[in-house]
Amino acid sequence: MAEKKKASTKKTEAKKQEVKHEAPVKQEAPVKMEAKTQAPAKVPVTTGPKVKPRIGVFICHCGTNIAGSIDIKAVEAYAKTLPYVVHADNYQYICSTPGQKKITDAIKEQKLTGTVVAACSPRLHEPTFRTATKEGGLNPFRFEMANIREQNAWVHMHDKEAATEKAKDAVRIAVAKASLLQDLTPKTVSVEKAAMVVGAGIAGMQAALDLAAAGIKTYLIEKSPSIGGRMSQLDKTFPTLDCSQCILTPKMVDVGRSPNIELMTYCDVESVEGFIGNFDVTIRKKARGVLSMPEAEAKGIVGGGCNGCGDCEPVCPVIKPNPFEMGMKPRKAIYIYHPQVVPLLYTIDWDSCVKCGLCVTACGEKKAIDLEQKDEFVKVKVGTAILATGFDLFPIEKKTEWGYKTYENVVTSLEFERLICASGPTSGHLIRPSDGETPKRVAFVLCAGSRDNAGIGKPYCSRFCCMYSLKHAHQIYEKIPGVASYLFYMDIRSFGKMYEEFYYRIQDEGAKFIRGRVANILEDPATKNLHVYADDTLLNRPVDMEVDLVVLAAAVQPGWDTDRTRKLFGVSCSSDGWLLEAHPKLNPCGTTTAGVFIAGVCQGPKDIPDTVSSAEGAASAASIPIHKGEVELEPYFAMCIEEKCAGCGMCVNLCPYSALALVEKDGRKVMEVTEAKCKGCGTCGGFCPGGAIWMNHFATPQIVAQIDAFFLGGER
Amino acid sequence: MADETWKPKILGILCNWCSYAGADLAGGGRIQYPPDVRIVRVMCSGRIDALFVLKCFADGADGVLVSGCHFGDCHYLEGNFKGAKRMFMVKRLMKSIGLDDRRFRMTFVSASEGAKWGKVITDVVTTINELGPSPIKEFNK
Repeated sequence: MAEKKKASTKKTEAKKQEVKHEAPVKQEAPVKMEAKTQAPAKVPVTTGPKVKPRIGVFICHCGTNIAGSIDIKAVEAYAKTLPYVVHADNYQYICSTPGQKKITDAIKEQKLTGTVVAACSPRLHEPTFRTATKEGGLNPFRFEMANIREQNAWVHMHDKEAATEKAKDAVRIAVAKASLLQDLTPKTVSVEKAAMVVGAGIAGMQAALDLAAAGIKTYLIEKSPSIGGRMSQLDKTFPTLDCSQCILTPKMVDVGRSPNIELMTYCDVESVEGFIGNFDVTIRKKARGVLSMPEAEAKGIVGGGCNGCGDCEPVCPVIKPNPFEMGMKPRKAIYIYHPQVVPLLYTIDWDSCVKCGLCVTACGEKKAIDLEQKDEFVKVKVGTAILATGFDLFPIEKKTEWGYKTYENVVTSLEFERLICASGPTSGHLIRPSDGETPKRVAFVLCAGSRDNAGIGKPYCSRFCCMYSLKHAHQIYEKIPGVASYLFYMDIRSFGKMYEEFYYRIQDEGAKFIRGRVANILEDPATKNLHVYADDTLLNRPVDMEVDLVVLAAAVQPGWDTDRTRKLFGVSCSSDGWLLEAHPKLNPCGTTTAGVFIAGVCQGPKDIPDTVSSAEGAASAASIPIHKGEVELEPYFAMCIEEKCAGCGMCVNLCPYSALALVEKDGRKVMEVTEAKCKGCGTCGGFCPGGAIWMNHFATPQIVAQIDAFFLGGER
Repeated sequence: MADETWKPKILGILCNWCSYAGADLAGGGRIQYPPDVRIVRVMCSGRIDALFVLKCFADGADGVLVSGCHFGDCHYLEGNFKGAKRMFMVKRLMKSIGLDDRRFRMTFVSASEGAKWGKVITDVVTTINELGPSPIKEFNK
């Protein structure tokens, strides 16, 4: 290639010129495309009198963010040479008040028909500049943005020449589109005065309580038989050592009592249709096998229904492990998780029920048990939705070196919570699972599966394990005199309010901290004691610690059904499965799907205070459209150019939202768009063989103009 | 045909929700990649007409990149499936007319994959640099 690299810049310039001149001629070759590029005049939109476009270009320095890597003056000079550009300007920060004023003033003084701002990403400042364009007296959709920061200055920091060339191209592409943009009016739709919260852990409950308190009818959907979530499984909470149940149950009771909350436990979201303001959600009410009192009354059973007396439970012959107690306590096939469940309703586990009917007899006159009950489907309409689907523990048995599920005396932190909890399977007496003895030496393995790039574990920090492990250490000092605790850690991350102080307190209580990741754990088969092998990286020596019990502070991962739920609501996730927020810093509760918000750990590991804050944030965000009563939708919907439509109907099948239909018009079939259903993806417009679909703001002529502008140098 | 000043002209057509956001994330993370790709944003990769890609090549593009959401992750449920189907058709068509189909790439980059975006661009530019200028440019002369 090297010897061929002799032709000079001149030649390329010459070639460019040549191409420029050829461009209009050449466009006649691809027939179909040519037909499309001429479309605007025939499009069923009122464009007003055809005037020659007058475009203003505004280039932002963004301090040195852009100006540091791009020659702003050169880009501005170049912009002035582009077709239809009558005004070009630059400013330190176009998004500032004086910067925006430059836009509004130029629109008025120069009688602009379109504006182009070359600055950051349109995902950030498009609304700002649209508003500025509107204030200047233009339709806000006559604005186009050239991204020269995120996709240029920041990614080509050390090549100013190439970055400047790229910026010129970006401006040229944007000008080409801006000169073809049309007036559009956003659709205004009314918002249903109801909200939905999916998941009734502490995040979902708090969000639902806030929405309800704001006077909004809220459907709280929970997949398990009781609300409360993970927090109801915990014994104490750090750093205040509040009893978890004691601070949680008042909220659970409030949720059960609130007239604005329709609590739907043992339910799944089956399907979601619609858009912000008007989500039609189908909910599967899983067959519980037990009728609540209102349900019984509706069936004409006077004074019947489950009152939670528990008469059915002792007679049930089936015994299964209770998942609420991490399988360490038995339950029957008809069960409640724990005495404080809300709602107090028994549930039948169909996988283990033998349908002997003994419970039906025991229930007697209340007639609450229906062994033939089937799943039911309920449809509700809501304006906004909050996902609060929580977390599961990472299956730590995958890290075979720590022997979980191989050695009896290796437990997870959640099992430890149940073992130390007064209402747990051992009534709060911490025991070794192998022999029921009280452990005298306990090792805590932190970062068990977190901060692990080896492939099996999770690369992220699970954020609350350090703190609850400190709390666990405190709890055993509180309950077992003379106990020794060893915390194997990488770093202690005690970042919250009063957390560092709590860390010092645990140090003072005598906990031993060994900095080093545990290599492996082996069991002494005779005593069932465990040998923990690690490297003490502070003393630089290997450690072999014999202990009675090992607690693994397992990593957390998104709840098992999070993926299914998020797809129903059209919410993205990051590579580790946590739900993706609209902006990691400035919009942590929003998602890219308008009207859908996220709360709690489903967005990423959080401790309880952060979870509650995020839930309140999400509730506030979700209530805004509802209180406003209406929302504006971007008018990016599809339109049919009827004279071109052959009525083939291919687009009708392509539409993911069933927004298109074939209708009879003037004796022939043409496609018709239901604007309310169309979300503007353009899948139909990308396919139509006749070029008969006009996608607002992303119309074929506009996109082709961008393509031509880049490759052919701006002349159209 | 390749001269000293030849720089590949490559156009990337990206969906707004995943790949464009991923490219923004790469910017925020200051992930450096070659400056040869220009970007056109559409709402969904399903919007991308096969003719857009062919128009690029007809205009003398050295390479075209189309990038959307991962399958199952589309903001519009299944627009990316339908777009991708068309794009594979374009690849077959390119082969049949004797245009190296490596000049056209369909990728899937999510909004959280800034680093992957950098790799994709680097890879695309490397490939096009190896392939040299598009033969259609000669034809257009």
